[in-house]
Amino acid sequence: MPDLITADFVDLDLEAADRHEAVRSLAARLAAADRVTDLDGFLADARDREEQMPTGIEGGIGIPHARSVHVTLPTLAFGRSADGVDFGAADGPADLVFLIAAPAGGHAEHLDILASIARRLVHVSFRQALRRAVDAQAVVDLINKEVGGR
Amino acid sequence: MRIVAVTACPTGIAHTYMAAEALEQAAAEAGHHIVVETQGAAGAVRLSAAQVAQADAVIFAADTEIQDRERFAAKPVVIAPVQRAINHPRELISRAEEAAEAAAGAATAEGTGPGDAPEDVTAGAGADGTAEDRGAAVGGPAHGAPSEGAGVHPATRLRQWLMTGVSYMIPFVAAGGILIALAFMIGGAEVAVKVDGGTWQGRTYPEVTDLSELVDRAGYAGVLFKIGATAFSMLVPILAGFIAYAIADRPGLVPGVVSGLLAVATGAGFLGGLAGGLLAGAVVTALRRIHLPRAAAGVMTVVGIPLVSTLVMGLLMIIVIGEPIAAAQRGLTDWLDGLSGANAILLGALLGLMMAFDMGGPVNKVAYTFGVAGLASGDLEVMAAVMAAGMVPPLALALATVVRRALFTDSERKAGEAAWLLGASFITEGAIPFAAADPLRVIPSIMAGSAVTGALSMAVGATSRAPHGGLWVIGLIGNPALYLAAIAAGVLVGAACVLVAKHFGRRPVLEGAPTLPGTTSR
Repeated sequence: MPDLITADFVDLDLEAADRHEAVRSLAARLAAADRVTDLDGFLADARDREEQMPTGIEGGIGIPHARSVHVTLPTLAFGRSADGVDFGAADGPADLVFLIAAPAGGHAEHLDILASIARRLVHVSFRQALRRAVDAQAVVDLINKEVGGR
Repeated sequence: MRIVAVTACPTGIAHTYMAAEALEQAAAEAGHHIVVETQGAAGAVRLSAAQVAQADAVIFAADTEIQDRERFAAKPVVIAPVQRAINHPRELISRAEEAAEAAAGAATAEGTGPGDAPEDVTAGAGADGTAEDRGAAVGGPAHGAPSEGAGVHPATRLRQWLMTGVSYMIPFVAAGGILIALAFMIGGAEVAVKVDGGTWQGRTYPEVTDLSELVDRAGYAGVLFKIGATAFSMLVPILAGFIAYAIADRPGLVPGVVSGLLAVATGAGFLGGLAGGLLAGAVVTALRRIHLPRAAAGVMTVVGIPLVSTLVMGLLMIIVIGEPIAAAQRGLTDWLDGLSGANAILLGALLGLMMAFDMGGPVNKVAYTFGVAGLASGDLEVMAAVMAAGMVPPLALALATVVRRALFTDSERKAGEAAWLLGASFITEGAIPFAAADPLRVIPSIMAGSAVTGALSMAVGATSRAPHGGLWVIGLIGNPALYLAAIAAGVLVGAACVLVAKHFGRRPVLEGAPTLPGTTSR
């Protein structure tokens, strides 16, 4: 199975004026690797989701996400922003941004992996480890280790 | 304590699972046993019947519809948006503790015998109320909530049920009403006669029964009218169906919708549908309390409850409600006929009261038919008064929503925007959403407004040669300037009465019902 996340999908110096810019920046990385076939189409789907309810979670997390026909493989992109990006959480901007891209008709096993990632995000220890990661590969290793044996 | 929870979110790939994890962590910390059903894209592992039966409390953390929520009927329930579970899982766990204790307390207080399982308890005590206080009962999960919370004031619950029905009905009112209004604008007042049959300016049109002939005989305006009228025909069934749905969840839908359809067929109108919806919800709730052996219980849910509740409601609507209404209509018609030649201004006021009372219901129909009969016999003043009075309720409420926005819910304000056009087109039904949500305040107020307009229209001797069309047939109105003044006066009186009535004994405006999926409440 292809990797859920690679070092190319990690941006430890994410700079974005707002959440739309942050999502576009991360999604462009997925588009460059053909994980997303139509960048604007995918962004529209993500924006639809974001408008239903902000995806910010307290504790500095933003998880923009969409199931979209423009996604080829379930993929995760990660951005770390020193200044923070507002994702609508009550306690302020997010410094950790996870972009989750799932194909519209994804197989349950793929979606299971995304589900287990989502579950890890709730754990404070996981967040702290991501904040301390020194480079992109460290983030990838951390995530692969957490979803366990895959 | 044993807890079961269901988490769900619109996309089903992130929040559903984060909420589940957060709840599991918080429950473990508090020393509780929890099982979470994640209704997400990866497929849900369903809670077993035993897990549900053993649970002391249920948590719904969801921004979408919970699937098969009737499994949890009669359990103490805590309802919250999915974000709440992620950000404040401990709070939900402690609310579940409170809900379970309250339910246990209620069981003792009600003297439930020791042999009875806790399932008998009227559940959700405190939980629903708490959720509302915190503004948590927003979005999908709140609707159809079996809000049986003992801590919630009965009037609040009634209003929530009504608002659920109203919020589902409003799009039908808006879409249907605007299409009908467009039909009148394009095709003139005769479009209704061309489609539904009747006499217009001495010419008789048969009803269009074969829709393939619709364009030829009534033009595209006729098509618009027919589409609008079809949407309108669902107005009362949707209202009744979703009132019952709010009370009794999914099993309430069938008897509710059927009651609504029968309310239309028997001419009982929206008040009949409103009563039918409430009764259907009550019947289903009552049927659920009948205890059957486990083997029979499954059949009861799938076949028994829909069958029995629909049969009971159907008989009730046709025999108990339908016949008296028809008799009352005959009586009212005779009485009105007897009043012919009496004081014209009083007659106008009376017709106004009747037009606004039930907006398309039996009393309104009698007044309208009286007007049309007058038209046929050459008395154009009665028709003018009836039409003017019928335009007042939607216009008065549209005005009221603009003057004091805070007194109305979001969905009512949206209904108010459409009500301008509906009122101007003499589509009195535009006021039904407001009247159904708060009948005791709204109906008397708009009756006052319509009575003023009816009386003034007669006083100034306005005439109308059209039975439909509202302002779009102003060319067929005699003495149009004073006619418009009469309408304006009634609108002002009606709006003022609504605002005063809503101000007294004012309750917090609670969107008991959800915004529809895909829309936000802002």
